[in-house]
Amino acid sequence: MDLAVADIPDGATVMFGGFGGAGFPNNLIQGLARRGARNLSVISNNCGTGDGELGILFKNRQIRHVVAAFPGPGATYFQQQFDAGEVELELVPQGILCERMRAFGAGIPAFYSPVGVGTDVAKGKEERVIRGKRYILEQALGADYAFIKAQRADRMGNLVYRKAARNFNPIMATAAKITIVEVDEVVETGTLDPETIVTPSIFVHRIVVAKGIHNA
Amino acid sequence: MPKARMTREQIAERAALELPDGAYVNLGWGIPNLIAAYVPKDVVVYFHSENGILGMGPRAKAGEEDYDLVDAMKVPVSLVPGAAYFSQVDAHVMTRGGHLDICILGGLQVSERGDLANWRVPGAKGAGGIGGAMDISVGAQKLIVTMEHNAKDGHRKIVKACSYPLTAIECVNTIVTDLAVIDVTAEGLVLREVASGFTPEEVQQQTEPKLWYGGKVPEMALRK
Repeated sequence: MDLAVADIPDGATVMFGGFGGAGFPNNLIQGLARRGARNLSVISNNCGTGDGELGILFKNRQIRHVVAAFPGPGATYFQQQFDAGEVELELVPQGILCERMRAFGAGIPAFYSPVGVGTDVAKGKEERVIRGKRYILEQALGADYAFIKAQRADRMGNLVYRKAARNFNPIMATAAKITIVEVDEVVETGTLDPETIVTPSIFVHRIVVAKGIHNA
Repeated sequence: MPKARMTREQIAERAALELPDGAYVNLGWGIPNLIAAYVPKDVVVYFHSENGILGMGPRAKAGEEDYDLVDAMKVPVSLVPGAAYFSQVDAHVMTRGGHLDICILGGLQVSERGDLANWRVPGAKGAGGIGGAMDISVGAQKLIVTMEHNAKDGHRKIVKACSYPLTAIECVNTIVTDLAVIDVTAEGLVLREVASGFTPEEVQQQTEPKLWYGGKVPEMALRK
């Protein structure tokens, strides 16, 4: 586990999968906490639950900047640091957060979106009328590393997920230079049904097997 | 003593009557989250959860909770036959792309032209959170807002222009409150029903913009 995150430098940009307590790469997060990289810029739907999920990284003051859709009332350490002006937040609508990652992974630099038109989200963004409707320009969003959680990998890195623990994980896998996946088990290549593979191995660079930690 | 308004449960029960058979539906936090319990028996709807489920069923029974099968509020849920899992991108292809028939969200303010503010009270501590509300509001084929007609301190929540941070502009179709059912139309706000024991004039007093109504306005029905 610690080997998988041993090269992550201070100042890195890291994406973290997970939503609603499901699909968080909690073992990788704890590995990053032990590694102690600082000044991190992170991208995640939320900002931890107590010490759980990203909470430990905020507690250790390893994070400087966050892009998130719903930091969450349970994100105790983040909320304290936000109120004290110690951490920067870019708040993004959830569907735009993942679409920006999808665009990055797909080689699309920016796209027009109707979400946030006329709201605080539109501030500083180019607005354009297309076929009579208002849109704002959203930029693609990538990272140096993606930490994701899947149920099972084969040795090549093909991934399948479990239930609603899929959420942001397959998208983040496409939007980072290095994608590190935490899985419950690794199976022999060729034993996963190609019809059911959600993330093809081309998007996965490192695999770590660890018992899932749930932060219910 | 002031007259009794409808309860949160009754607002949910009334809003549930707006769901047509076969609809794909997203329910937000607060009062909308109570609505699933009041879907009429002859109506089948499919619930979307923006973390990546279509065909979400009731809360999981005690002892059957699976923390990989949760709704967007972390509550362990069940599935109905025909349910599907998908990624976050697909979850919001459904919201933003206009594929959901009806979405029902809570509200802090709704304006005369259907602007919605529902994610942040100005001056509140903490960062606030947008979540999926902006994507849902923009894309819903029909957006219903359920909320109390007035805030706890009595101020009016249906206003000429929202002063709170907006979720989306010109997105609300219908407002269901503890006093009334109101449709947002190109001509303005139309008072469709009033709560039992209240007059249209009393509802107007609690509503900043003008309400349009003619003759007798029917009472809010909780059953068809």
